[in-house]
Amino acid sequence: MKQTSRIQSSLLSCTIVVLVLMVWTAFTTQSGGGVASGADPAYAALMNEDAGGAGIPSPLDVGRALVQQLSDPFYDAGPNDKGIGLQLAYSLARVLLGFALAMIVGVPLGFVIGMSPLLSGALNPIIQILKPVSPLAWMPLALYTIKDSGQSAIFVIFICSIWPMLVNTTFGVANVRSEWLNVGRTLEVPPLKRALTIILPAAAPTIVTGMRISIGIAWLVIVAAEMLVGGTGIGYFIWNEWNNLSIVNIIVAILVIGVIGMILDQMLAGISRLITFQE
Amino acid sequence: MNTILKLMPKGACTETADIADRKSGRKMISIEGLAKCYPKRGGAPVTIFEDIWLFIERGEFVCILGHSGCGKTTVLNILAGLSEASEGTVIADDSEISGPSLDRAVIFQGHALLPWMTVLGNVAYAVSARNPRWSRAKVREHAASFIAKVGLSYALDKRPSELSGGMKQRVGIARALSIEPKMLLMDEPFSALDALTRGTLQDEVRKICVETEQTVLMITHDVDEAIYLADRIVLMTNGPNARVAEIVRNTMPRERARNELHHLPGYYDIRNHLMDFLVSRSGSFDVEAATQAGWSAKRPPVVEIGSGV
Ligand SMILES: Nc1ncnc2c1ncn2[C@@H]1O[C@H](COP(=O)(O)OP(=O)(O)OP(=O)(O)O)[C@@H](O)[C@H]1O
Ligand SMILES: [Mg+2]
Repeated sequence: MKQTSRIQSSLLSCTIVVLVLMVWTAFTTQSGGGVASGADPAYAALMNEDAGGAGIPSPLDVGRALVQQLSDPFYDAGPNDKGIGLQLAYSLARVLLGFALAMIVGVPLGFVIGMSPLLSGALNPIIQILKPVSPLAWMPLALYTIKDSGQSAIFVIFICSIWPMLVNTTFGVANVRSEWLNVGRTLEVPPLKRALTIILPAAAPTIVTGMRISIGIAWLVIVAAEMLVGGTGIGYFIWNEWNNLSIVNIIVAILVIGVIGMILDQMLAGISRLITFQE
Repeated sequence: MNTILKLMPKGACTETADIADRKSGRKMISIEGLAKCYPKRGGAPVTIFEDIWLFIERGEFVCILGHSGCGKTTVLNILAGLSEASEGTVIADDSEISGPSLDRAVIFQGHALLPWMTVLGNVAYAVSARNPRWSRAKVREHAASFIAKVGLSYALDKRPSELSGGMKQRVGIARALSIEPKMLLMDEPFSALDALTRGTLQDEVRKICVETEQTVLMITHDVDEAIYLADRIVLMTNGPNARVAEIVRNTMPRERARNELHHLPGYYDIRNHLMDFLVSRSGSFDVEAATQAGWSAKRPPVVEIGSGV
């Protein structure tokens, strides 16, 4: 039963992709052939080497560009011409660094807030005000104080990924079942050990859910942040290709960003499966 | 034709006698004037129970019987050190209870197993809390031997979610026994089980407690369970303002089997007495009228029914 439904759904999703590709191909090549041959070759070259339509590349062009980009992903030919793999590595490094910093600050802080009703009451209003601020709003402030575009991008990632982790950790820690806490208390387990052996495992699924939300948001925000600060990264790559009017490379970048985002999410989903317990 | 024999408090009993009793070391637990109030939203605080006096001797099995909501769990939690009394004190082993202690193990109303640990892990957690210096192997061996006592050796590596209700409660019992406490506190440990499982578990618990001369305080609202397990049965009136109305001394022979218990002479007299209390007297208990008739909170009447001995 389960097997067949999985086969069915993957068949269906393949069909949908093929259909979309067919419509896309039909739309981009049908008008292209006639017009492009009659038009000024220089104009065609300006729009795009061999694409037709209104400058929208066909799936075949995208596929070709994808293969070309991925065959040499790490070349470095000056500040405005780097391989997509190199740019992704810059972005990933920023995301992972900002995320790690947020985790180091957010999880222990959330732990303490969750355990102390006093702190929870005191800090909750502040968190509620800061949480809804778009992380990009912090960018000018970061640039002004840090004076380094790369570090500012990391700071923005830090700011945007700390909130879900902080809030989820607080919630998870504050809502550990009291009977589990009582088990620790009646066994006279010292407080720190109790926090690590009872509260942490009990709250871990909620904490990891927060981390999963965080990494998703961080991966969303990095593209916008890099478009703003420029220099390196996949966001800058897209901005640069837009300036080059290379729509095909932008589509390639969108695909690659999507795939990496999915991989990041699945990694945390895997961790989540490992530490989730059944009651 | 049942002979009801009431041992009314002797007026001459003084507090110095109590203290002498306590010093002699027979007393494991001494509950003295215990009361618990909870604040009520927009009103005066509610007193769940008040003026509770109870002594438990070493090696004794005491059951508290009372209706839902009369504060049994609350009394037990105070004894466990998990919550604080509003008034009065509890003295355990010559010192006042100020918090949880490894000397008093608790078997919770829900099984309260840690779901991310295996059966062995749950018991070993308690064992290593009791003996922090033991090696891993020794902790494991000790835990496994107590799991064997409740007949779960085949399920060492299972998680609580893979166990039936009865098996979970068994693990809870093994965990409590594994720290070799001076006293066992049980909060309706069998109430969520089917009759058959409950019966076998009662047998096991009774066997272990008799063998090890374990001091036990158990809460129940099952009359038959109380008669089978307890040496003394404490009857609490309905809350709020619950009291200990009387204490029934169990006259069933010490060697008793669950299956034959109801054939013993005097069994139904005790059972009817307890049922009568639960059905009518627990609700209509009037402190003033009872005091006039000689009842006192400090020395609630000890009742012996029949002559089962
Ligand atoms: N934290 C609390 N705040 C206010 N009232 C409480 C609180 N905990 C318990 N109570 C009240 O105290 C009373 C006694 O509760 P308790 O759990 O001790 O009852 P119980 O005798 O164990 O009942 P049961 O047999 O159903 O387990 C109840 O009326 C309950 O509403
Ligand atoms: Mg209860």
